[in-house]
Amino acid sequence: MKQIVRFITGCLLLGVTVARADTVMVATAANFTAPMKAIAAAFEKHSGHSVMLTFGSSGKFFAQIQNGAPFDLFLSADAVKPRKLEELGWSVPGSRFTYAQGSLVLWSAQEGLVAADSPDILRSGRFRHLSLANPKLAPYGAAAVETMTRLGVYDRLSAALVQGENIAQAYQYVFSGNAELGFVALSQVMQDGTLKAGSGWVVPADLHTPIRQDAVLLKRGKDNAAAIALLDYLRSDTAAAVIRSYGYKL
Amino acid sequence: MFSDGNWAAIILTVKLASIVTLLLLIISTPIAWWLAHTRCRLKPFFEALVALPIVLPPSVLGFYLLLVMGPQGFVGQITQALGIGTLPFTFAGLVVASVFYSLPFVVQPIQQAFENIGDNYLEAAATLRASPSDRFFSVALPLALPGFLTGSVLGFAHTVGEFGVVLMVGGNIPGVSRVVSVQIYDYVEALEYGQAHSLAITMLVFSFLTLLLLYTVNPNRRKL
Repeated sequence: MKQIVRFITGCLLLGVTVARADTVMVATAANFTAPMKAIAAAFEKHSGHSVMLTFGSSGKFFAQIQNGAPFDLFLSADAVKPRKLEELGWSVPGSRFTYAQGSLVLWSAQEGLVAADSPDILRSGRFRHLSLANPKLAPYGAAAVETMTRLGVYDRLSAALVQGENIAQAYQYVFSGNAELGFVALSQVMQDGTLKAGSGWVVPADLHTPIRQDAVLLKRGKDNAAAIALLDYLRSDTAAAVIRSYGYKL
Repeated sequence: MFSDGNWAAIILTVKLASIVTLLLLIISTPIAWWLAHTRCRLKPFFEALVALPIVLPPSVLGFYLLLVMGPQGFVGQITQALGIGTLPFTFAGLVVASVFYSLPFVVQPIQQAFENIGDNYLEAAATLRASPSDRFFSVALPLALPGFLTGSVLGFAHTVGEFGVVLMVGGNIPGVSRVVSVQIYDYVEALEYGQAHSLAITMLVFSFLTLLLLYTVNPNRRKL
């Protein structure tokens, strides 16, 4: 009996705490998965709010948000979709900002295939498949095409290109060895400032238009204290350090 | 009504589905015959194996096919040793993946048709000194024809409707692996909803007409 009373009291107390802290639902672009998990964990500890993360392609989130998906914050892989959402009245005007700038890397799972200081491998023809994200859908894919065009190898390589529907799949093709190399997000292969495995050439930022990734507060989250606090936290120095450690620029 | 890219996707899809259906009819007939007549205790094991693609998410099937057909995979090692490279991102790879994916939709109707014939006709034919191959081609095959029809239509339609597996092993290459379902997905993701509609409605009408044909021609078939 005593235990039951204790259990019920416990439940009630828990209910009170939960009611006081808010929950924020965040739609996060797939390439930002790892840093966002770290940031959310630190934010939860720091603020007492709780964060629910969903990862996926920005295009899908864009369609879902317009059809009533229960998200408070949207961290897009580009700058276009947050701006469009604002124009369409789905977000809070003035809340939009660039939370990270993506870096592109030509990466191979094999050691020594890609030289760290030059993209010569692209001219060598020593591979059958080069993987990239669909340039029509993913900013990282568009940046990859731009880079190859600037280097003057795009036409020659077009027969070797295989496309993942997003940057996660482009990475998977290279990781599994089905494509010998590919253009992926630096955040996927970098941890604490170095490559986790394989070999890679970090594409200089002047070879493609910057991959600006914008965040926006959605209409649904405009009175949500947790959403507003998380948006502030994303701009903090603590969050910036985490974002940089995954190879993003700010 | 369609752009060049859409036509290419449609032609590729029809080509893929036709080749896969033809291959499946050849592969499924002996499997279905064996499953219909065996008294082997392992029969449920093989039936479960054949039926797996019905319940497996395409992402699982596609993921494993990608690994198995990849350079480190079992099948990948064989194809490389044979000098044909690896299968992902090729049309042949797509055919192999689709054969696995649509197998149960062809095997099961044919197996049921064989089972429905029963032993009487075949035994009667045997007493009339029909050879085993004669009994198969002159008795079993014509009687099981509705099963073959159902299997072909379902196998074709299911391959046309395939999406997840192609997305995983195809690499979205125009004319090689960019089939209609992937093309539609691209349009939706790129927010080109108008283009997506024109192809999507075509798929919807095609799928409905296919099933309508199936149920009209073959109204008494047992449901899957």
